[in-house]
Amino acid sequence: MNDFPRWKIWSIILVLLAGILFAIPSLIPESTAQRIGIGGLPRINLGLDLSGGSHLLLEAQTADVAKQRLDLMEDSVRQEVRRASPAIDIGDISTANGALAFFVRDPAQLDSAVEKVRALTNPVGVTGQRDWNVTVVDSTKVTMTPTTAGMNAAVENAMQVATEVVRRRIDELGTKEPTIIRQGDDRIVVQVPGLQNPEALKSLLGKTAKLEFKLVDLTADPTQVAKGIAPAGSQILSYPSNPSGVPFIAVQRRAIINGDELSDANPGNDQQSNAPVVNIKFNSAGARKFARVTQANVGKPFAMILDNVVLSAPNINEPILGGSAQISGNYTVQSANVMSIQLRSGKLPVALKVIEERTVGPQLGADSIHAGIIASVIAALAVVIFMLLTYGRFGVYANLAVIINIFVILAVMAFFNATLTLPGIAGFVLTIGTAVDANVLINERIREEQRRGRNPIQSVELGYKEASRTIFEANTVHFISGIVMLLLGSGPVKGFAIVLLIGIFVSYFTAVFFTRMLAVSYLRRKRPSVLHI
Amino acid sequence: MRLLKLVPDNTNIGFVRLRFWAFGLTALLTVLATLAVGTRGLNLGVDFVGGLMIEAKFQQVPVIDKVRGTVDSLNVGEVSLQQFGDPKTVSIRLPLPASTDEGATNAVVNKVKAALTATNPDVVFSRYDTVSGKVSNELIRNGLLAVFIAVLAIAIFSWLRYEWQFGVSTFVAIVHDLLMTLGFFAITRLEFDLNIVAAVLTIIGYSINDKIVIDDRIRENMRKYRQMDIGALIDLSVNETLPRTVMTSVTVLLALGALLLFGGHVLQGFTAAMMLGIIVGTYSSVYVSSSLLQALGLRAENFDRKPASPAGGNAERVTKRER
Repeated sequence: MNDFPRWKIWSIILVLLAGILFAIPSLIPESTAQRIGIGGLPRINLGLDLSGGSHLLLEAQTADVAKQRLDLMEDSVRQEVRRASPAIDIGDISTANGALAFFVRDPAQLDSAVEKVRALTNPVGVTGQRDWNVTVVDSTKVTMTPTTAGMNAAVENAMQVATEVVRRRIDELGTKEPTIIRQGDDRIVVQVPGLQNPEALKSLLGKTAKLEFKLVDLTADPTQVAKGIAPAGSQILSYPSNPSGVPFIAVQRRAIINGDELSDANPGNDQQSNAPVVNIKFNSAGARKFARVTQANVGKPFAMILDNVVLSAPNINEPILGGSAQISGNYTVQSANVMSIQLRSGKLPVALKVIEERTVGPQLGADSIHAGIIASVIAALAVVIFMLLTYGRFGVYANLAVIINIFVILAVMAFFNATLTLPGIAGFVLTIGTAVDANVLINERIREEQRRGRNPIQSVELGYKEASRTIFEANTVHFISGIVMLLLGSGPVKGFAIVLLIGIFVSYFTAVFFTRMLAVSYLRRKRPSVLHI
Repeated sequence: MRLLKLVPDNTNIGFVRLRFWAFGLTALLTVLATLAVGTRGLNLGVDFVGGLMIEAKFQQVPVIDKVRGTVDSLNVGEVSLQQFGDPKTVSIRLPLPASTDEGATNAVVNKVKAALTATNPDVVFSRYDTVSGKVSNELIRNGLLAVFIAVLAIAIFSWLRYEWQFGVSTFVAIVHDLLMTLGFFAITRLEFDLNIVAAVLTIIGYSINDKIVIDDRIRENMRKYRQMDIGALIDLSVNETLPRTVMTSVTVLLALGALLLFGGHVLQGFTAAMMLGIIVGTYSSVYVSSSLLQALGLRAENFDRKPASPAGGNAERVTKRER
């Protein structure tokens, strides 16, 4: 029982040394770590409540996806029947109740109509199921119902794109180390450390950003425009930053270029005046269209429209053939930057709504770390002194175990790149307490056995044996509650559970193996006739 | 050096004899706690009811009524104010604006910030949270589910490891601890938020830890003294583990005390809950769960039917001797 072969001693020492080594990077500032050449070692991340920053939970409005799919399908069906030869005559096309339905006027064309629209559906997954069900009702009416699998695939696809767009838009803000992760079926978590005012971020995220370029309708009568009446073929859009002061503008309904044909937009400076400008660039199809339009409309303005709001309506000074243009105007460096982001970040396939938002100021975060560290040090000191007074030599062993415990927990957290949050610090302080409990159990048991008249070696052996069983049971229970917290808890509960779970394993190891090794080597060296405990 | 002993050796306190008094007191406290939760309710944070919370840190201790007046005059809904341990820090809670528009919440936050800055130029807004009703409902559900499943899992564990009486007594004792903690929050009006759910789960974990230690000792003694009267056996086990119980509770309370005094205001409710939970949990290990074992008819002679499970660390067993 009290046998400790050399390899066992060395492996315990090795584990503990590795623990201390891996804990060091998290305990010193990053810059110091880099200077002494251990900047590459993993560190513990600080949660937003400690580092300060913004946390947003976004939920996709998946109903939008269903509607978009329906509209898109309606468009495709119309095109398909028109293109068929002979053209299929359909009527009463409707998109009520989430399904698309239409009549085929000539019963002879029904089969070919079904065949045509069936070709528009796609298989989903491996089961051979398709994304739309096509059925015929009363031999004249064709209905197309989206299947669940099709819907799920569409939502999944939209979420993938949305996550990417969110990532791109946040990267544009130039903040450091943002975290953007999918959560569940229709949610995205965004965490931006250090961000104090998430409004700019939210307004960027909230937009579905449908970008279009349209020609301004110069024939429109300004007084009519102010009343909201547009000439035929045109529409009135809001234009909040209109230099003329009227917040409306008439533009042609037909878009000359779509947002997805724009390949890049960047803030820059004019080569002569050095004034801030926005440089835009189109892909080849967009460049061809833009060249044609600008050639025909020199001197006239075109409007850049984001979500039906005109961002800007610059004049076409000259034909732009190469696909690259520079938009100048009353930009500041900042507004040029915002404009480029708006132009560049493209279209979100689905609207995102902020359903949870938490922002912690850097001061509060720093205060919390400070308070947490002070509390931990005081708690540790109090416990160390108390244990020393109570158990003497065995108290020293217990204290060593607890101190190493702290280092190894930090190391394991760093190794897994775990995030330390405020409740995590609380979990830490609690772990100090429960790690002590294991040692208390052992030491009390040793006291008890000695009181029963056993010699030191027997007392230590029995003390560890009996207490280990209890510690194991108690830790199992702690482990169960930790797992439940990790699986079911949200945010802070999870942060707490992670520290707790790591603490359970580490404290079991240090209490049961490490202190036993120290106790046994003491017994071997000194062979005391009575244990002072 | 003489070593510290919080509990003298070989105590022989008749815990079981006092159990009727203890049951009476426990019943009374439990009823009071339930009444407090029932009538006053919990001061649920925005995590659980939805809404927005702005934390403002003033340079001087603010006049709460003035702050309330300032926010009230904005017509942004019913405001509720709370000061943390640090009287300069005030949390301002408001319902979410009726409009679901993205900008509406921001507008409210900005209005409140602007109004408060106008009257107190040096105020700092250190934190703000907005939680929609949908999310808060999920958080409530997850929180309740986490607590419920943790309790159930642990009770089942005790039942499987020991006798069914251990499972039942543990379950009752934990429900008692939970009610006490909730009663404490109902009476003190401390804000009950997500962090507190972590605290509650920790209380459960700690309390069970305590019960396992005593249950384990009872089991050990049941094997040793088959003929002993169960009341005496429980007394013996509780007395034998008493030094450990006191020692550990004091150590954990020392650690938590440091956290309460120096850990900053964000964790205060959390730490207070945990300290109370440890006292209540220790009490319930001795009185509720151990004494209940006797009431449930646990008897030592039944015990040998069930062999010790080999899963437990170093439970007694016989193996071939290695040479």
